[in-house]
Amino acid sequence: MALMVEIKNLGISFGGLRAVSELDMEIKKGELYGLIGPNGAGKTTVFNLLTGVYHPDTGSFKLDGEELIGKKTIDINKAGIARTFQNIRLFKGLSVLDNVKAGLHNHYRYSTAAGIFRLPSYRNAERQMDEKAMELLKVFELDGLADHLAANLPYGQQRKLEIARALATDPKLLLLDEPAAGMNPNETQALMDTIRFVRDEFDMTILLIEHDMKLVSGICERLTVLNFGQLLAQGPTAEVLSNPQVIKAYLGE
Amino acid sequence: MKKQKLRSNLITYGIVLAAYVIVQALIAADSLSSMMKGLLVPLCVYVVLAVSLNLVVGISGELSLGHAGFMCVGAFSGAFFSKCIQDVLTFSPLRLLIAMLIGAAVAAVFGILIGIPVLRLKGDYLAIVTLAFGEIIKNVMNIFYVGIDGAGFHFSTQDEFALNLAADGRMIISGPTGITQTPKDATFTAGIILVLITLFIVLNLIDSRDGRAIMSIRDNRIAAESIGINITKYKLMAFTISAALAGAAGALYAHNLSSLTAKKFDYNTSILALVFVVLGGIGNIRGSIIAAVLLTALPELLRGLSSYRMLIYSIVLIVMMLFNWAPKALEWRERNLGRFFKTSPNK
Repeated sequence: MALMVEIKNLGISFGGLRAVSELDMEIKKGELYGLIGPNGAGKTTVFNLLTGVYHPDTGSFKLDGEELIGKKTIDINKAGIARTFQNIRLFKGLSVLDNVKAGLHNHYRYSTAAGIFRLPSYRNAERQMDEKAMELLKVFELDGLADHLAANLPYGQQRKLEIARALATDPKLLLLDEPAAGMNPNETQALMDTIRFVRDEFDMTILLIEHDMKLVSGICERLTVLNFGQLLAQGPTAEVLSNPQVIKAYLGE
Repeated sequence: MKKQKLRSNLITYGIVLAAYVIVQALIAADSLSSMMKGLLVPLCVYVVLAVSLNLVVGISGELSLGHAGFMCVGAFSGAFFSKCIQDVLTFSPLRLLIAMLIGAAVAAVFGILIGIPVLRLKGDYLAIVTLAFGEIIKNVMNIFYVGIDGAGFHFSTQDEFALNLAADGRMIISGPTGITQTPKDATFTAGIILVLITLFIVLNLIDSRDGRAIMSIRDNRIAAESIGINITKYKLMAFTISAALAGAAGALYAHNLSSLTAKKFDYNTSILALVFVVLGGIGNIRGSIIAAVLLTALPELLRGLSSYRMLIYSIVLIVMMLFNWAPKALEWRERNLGRFFKTSPNK
């Protein structure tokens, strides 16, 4: 299978702290890949490097063959990477529908004047955006809540809305930062089904950070384990999770 | 949701039109004091000022304290145009229209020029720097001398004599004295039209792709960036449109005064506009209109009560604050007035 993500020798320091160093990672097209490690291992830093929030000191990162190091966040999104956040970042003052429509921003265009004067291009684009956004909301069973303010949704649905918004940008690679954080076992189970469904339905490549080992072992095909910014182990999920070094890193001696 | 928004917008336009009809009826019946008549154009100016500032403060979520600066630029460029052209173009509505367009255009240019460096800042820092820019504009206008004679325009920042005007020359802008005898083209009808145009632009902008982008940046800048929204572009767009509308309001204002001076556009005017926005409800366009009208007209209406005037004014400020922000009051409004008032911004 073709490679979607190719990371070579990625590294960044904050002052004297080597947050991530010499990270190599390859993710195949359509793969469900997990990035795990104890708190402070540098997982979210990796996400921030991949999305252009931070710029790495060393290394290269290719998405579908295209080098993305040095690009800005919005260009990286346009190149095909969308993400969710560990602490949910929705547009709380906007409706659920408008959150997803904001995600469609770069896919349906009309001029500012067309928007102000309600020209046909405005009506067409808005209608298509409504349809597309409702389609996405249906996938996450949020279509009935389209008119609600995003801030008023319960936690689990906010997480789903964040994924829907990310998918609206039509990415090749979806980064999920602790999607199950704060969910109960039932919600986690449902989330696992949703993630699998997204992968199959949208033909998506997914890289996720997660602490919930049930979720990780349940859906991830391969894993990378980080510890203190260093690569600790890499490979198929079952193999990695039974690696003595990984167990030591998580549970101590 | 769509229908609800449309209805809410129609109510806002309706309020403005109703106010216009009522005032016209009062004028026809000759039951409006000359004081109130004199207040009609400034009322429109302040409404436009408040609505346009709300675009920056409420919709874009940036605290700007330099709004009077853009009004100043618009006022001077509009009045400058009318002074130059008043003997050539005598049809006053057209002259006013062109003056307002020029005021808006020049203010928009200033909006872009100031916005590019300033919008890199956030929160308190942005507020302080916009305040400073507003004051800089005012002070620069204060030392500006422009005259015209057969040879063309003469500029100076010294005094009138430094212009070396020919005998047939005349002053247009003379420093602290500003522009005097601008043609009095401003009418209440023109003011209401400007208010309606402002509402049309702002309300439609909010409910469009660009408005969504602007509000998404307000709500979460990092997330907006992560879905490919260009932060700088949309912040600048809100800031510039807001500046242009303030410029048009300034031009209207200038055509209502016999003498236009730069010191009218100091930070007090900026703060006043911010008071309208905050008391009307941040992000609530209709609220800005009501607050601007109420707080501009009230001091005049209460003039008869002489010494109690400021007391009542401040009580009204407090009541408006509670009405818009106190949770209990919001709950009561939701229950009883839900049909007429928006309970939360942009809902």
